Amino acid sequence: MPDTITLSLIAGAFVGSTAGYLGSIMLSKHMALVGDALSHVALPGLALGILFSFNAFIAAFLFLAASVIATWYLQKSTTLSVEAIIGVLFVLALSIGILITPKVDLLEALFGDISKITLTDAITTVLVSLFVVFVTRRIYNKLAISMISKELALASRIKVERINLIFLLLVAIIVAVGIKEVGTLLVGAVVIVPAAAAKTISTTLSRYSLMSAIFGLASATLGVVLSSYVNLPAGPLVVIVGTAIFAGGFLTNLLSKRLKSKRASAQMHHT
Amino acid sequence: MSDVRIAQTTVDSKQSQIESNDMLIVNGLNVRSQNKTILEDVSFRVKKGTSLAIVGPNGGGKTTVFRTLLNTIRYTGMIKWNGEVRMGYVPQSLVSTDLPILVEEFLRLKCRTDFETCTKAVGLDKAILRQNLGSLSGGELQRVLIAWAIVDKPTVLLLDEPTSGVDVGAEEPIYEKVNELKKELGITVLLISHNMHIVMHYSNYMLALNKRVLFFGETKSLTHSQLLSTIYGNEFALSEEEHYKE
Repeated sequence: MPDTITLSLIAGAFVGSTAGYLGSIMLSKHMALVGDALSHVALPGLALGILFSFNAFIAAFLFLAASVIATWYLQKSTTLSVEAIIGVLFVLALSIGILITPKVDLLEALFGDISKITLTDAITTVLVSLFVVFVTRRIYNKLAISMISKELALASRIKVERINLIFLLLVAIIVAVGIKEVGTLLVGAVVIVPAAAAKTISTTLSRYSLMSAIFGLASATLGVVLSSYVNLPAGPLVVIVGTAIFAGGFLTNLLSKRLKSKRASAQMHHT
Repeated sequence: MSDVRIAQTTVDSKQSQIESNDMLIVNGLNVRSQNKTILEDVSFRVKKGTSLAIVGPNGGGKTTVFRTLLNTIRYTGMIKWNGEVRMGYVPQSLVSTDLPILVEEFLRLKCRTDFETCTKAVGLDKAILRQNLGSLSGGELQRVLIAWAIVDKPTVLLLDEPTSGVDVGAEEPIYEKVNELKKELGITVLLISHNMHIVMHYSNYMLALNKRVLFFGETKSLTHSQLLSTIYGNEFALSEEEHYKE
């Protein structure tokens, strides 16, 4: 049987790259904060799973899915914005979650503990990640068109609301599996930070998606490796590595822009 | 000037039968939103291979007509297309252009085959295809959006103010291109525009709207100032006429 580090690395790699890939779409749909807030909604589900010895992933996912559907329905049938609805749901879920989670398990629920991963957890993570990527690829073109213009999407006979719901449910699935790695407080960062880093250095859509997935994979695996060396929780380290990649990408972009403008002005002087 | 004859603005039950040379019949179209009337009893018909310009003041319901045709909002009344139609739609602009996406990638989201043909049809060169969608000028973006609209060989093209945000000099080539496509491919064109000169020059029929139909008929049956007085009233038309004399 593989050791815990190997299992953590495999699970981290799959969750990290899939979350990064989904993040590139979330960021483009201006849903970065929605992804972050959504992750906190998993806490009450997780707490109920712990209290009743129920599978934590399924419990968290059920709560996330219920929140996604409630948000989708309220947005459709009221004048409230997604941000307002999720904002209210987030604080309510977090408060209930903190109240009902047993104190001994609260820290793990909030920040995750990938060192406790089992073979079943790792296999579930791999299969779920593959499923999420497969479905996202199937709807990617429709999602991309709706990102660019809702009007164009509607005119192209794309059922924008339905596609958004499917996409948010996919995010809910990956958030539920990501909780084991980084916990409910930080799982949103796993979705958003790699995509934010990729955006700083991408000029094409294909490169943006690919780099988001690669940065997600890199931050998850490096975070797990670092955690085994310094004996600190993997969750925060994964996020810190991701943020370091973002800072690197941002600075590279800034420097290359300055270099280009210097070259351009030098050429103008020359001519 | 004041005796502009308003064409019959309703299509009665006998006229609601679609004929072989009709592309579209709209009869008694009503749209309400949050207890406000957006469109009231709007009727018109469009013949195959012709162009209809929809004009009117801001808030007059021009874009709403398009939304009903695209079936993206609720309405009452009748919209009848002649057989199966494929609609191409050119919006005023794009909501999000901060996405890192090349023009070629954007077009390939819709066009998986026959890519060369569709880009050639609107004269998109390779240099534009390699540009980022967000970095295009107004005129370039509109040409890309027209290419997008005609990718799947539509039978009807809806253009919602296609030259808003485009430099004055770049307007004519866009309408010339649309006119060419209309002739070459036999596309029926529905166009929203504020530019009355463009409307007079490039449309066969005209629908003037201000929630209700102010005029529907052949464009050539109106002079420029008659059109203005129909939409905005006599005072505006007179002052415009003076302006042109000067």
